[in-house]
Amino acid sequence: MTELLVGTRKGLFALVGEPGGKFDVAARAFAGEPVEYAMRDPRSGRLIASVTSAFYGPKLWYAEDPSGAWEQADGVALPEDGGAALERIWVIVAGESEGSLYAGGDPGVLFESGDGGATWELNHALWEHPTRESWQAGGGGLCLHSIVPWPGDPDRLALAISAAGVWLTEDGGETWRQGNKGLVARYVPEEAREGATALCVHRLHRARRRPERLFLQFHGGVYRSDDSGETWADIGAGLPSDFGFPMVLDPADPDSAYVIPLEADLDRVTPDGRVRVYETRDAGAGWAARGDGLPQQDAYLTVLRHAFDRAGDGETLELYFGATSGDVFGSGDAGASWFGAATRLPPVLSVTASR
Amino acid sequence: MRVRGPLRQLAGGCSEHAIEGATVAELLRELERDNPAMGGWILDERGLVRRHINVFVNGERRGAEAAVDPADRIDVLPAISGGMTPR
Repeated sequence: MTELLVGTRKGLFALVGEPGGKFDVAARAFAGEPVEYAMRDPRSGRLIASVTSAFYGPKLWYAEDPSGAWEQADGVALPEDGGAALERIWVIVAGESEGSLYAGGDPGVLFESGDGGATWELNHALWEHPTRESWQAGGGGLCLHSIVPWPGDPDRLALAISAAGVWLTEDGGETWRQGNKGLVARYVPEEAREGATALCVHRLHRARRRPERLFLQFHGGVYRSDDSGETWADIGAGLPSDFGFPMVLDPADPDSAYVIPLEADLDRVTPDGRVRVYETRDAGAGWAARGDGLPQQDAYLTVLRHAFDRAGDGETLELYFGATSGDVFGSGDAGASWFGAATRLPPVLSVTASR
Repeated sequence: MRVRGPLRQLAGGCSEHAIEGATVAELLRELERDNPAMGGWILDERGLVRRHINVFVNGERRGAEAAVDPADRIDVLPAISGGMTPR
């Protein structure tokens, strides 16, 4: 059985089912509230959810069961003398240490938990980084949306912030430096691109079996790094559009990546009314459309950055994505064919999958 | 001071609170101190009333710096915020 945690504009939906068929709504939580992201910690089984009440502000919650009692996590706030308020928690990721979790949010902040998500602490080195004053927010705010641990090494971490680029640490977050060489910001004048820091990264992932390799969806461009994020090469040639948000990797194959192109930054819908996932199995040298079973006519969907995830890997890789239309699609065969997992949900903000 | 909905739940089910203070902001800070679970729900980290929370003093919508008298009745309510498009 596969479980999908679908964060929507109107609550969290826990869907369960088997690849190939419609999934059932097993639970709904936080009715009426925007649920930005929810994940099940694969180590403990605990659920962690980010909920941004329009009235009462952003909170993190945890529970053992999606239909059970949710507890509010402590410590998810900025310093009272910092002159800023936490706007939103965008993503929650399991770390490499026992009980370790990370959460990224707006305004470009990282929180860490050592107890499985009950209590959190702000990463002060990033919060107090001397370049912070120059960071530029993207359309969704100054969002820290991607956190990629290094398998087996809790000291090494990469982050991505829109629009403040890629950040790297090798000392467990004591210090941070940028890793942006090679990223080209087409949205700034050519003479200003060298050394530009307003870098609108949309999503970042690490190849689990080759951790020095990272893939990145940019605001115009898809990139790969083979040196732990120090330098980047554009691998977007062959896609119908290199604009998009979400990305998924097959953990079993360091040459793999999946993206869902959108038409352009000013027209954020699936190109030509066709919904297609694109797959590379040669590290970006070529891309193949994977649309069998997906709507191929008059389908102008918007898929947000966290609305695409996977379960399993290799020959058992399952892929799932949701759209702001309220549709959720899945594939039980690594993208070769697709099925409708759910429809008529509220606008989908995020999807996470587990088996 | 009266609170409703989730704020009431966070206050242990109590909707009415007798609080002393000279301004709306002082009352709200005191309310959060008396009810730690409510911390961060009405006031953000800067001490500002969250954008979509309204505070009424004797039925009139007022700001955080409004002066209050001991006999005043304060209501804390979610604002009418329909139609928002956060993204």
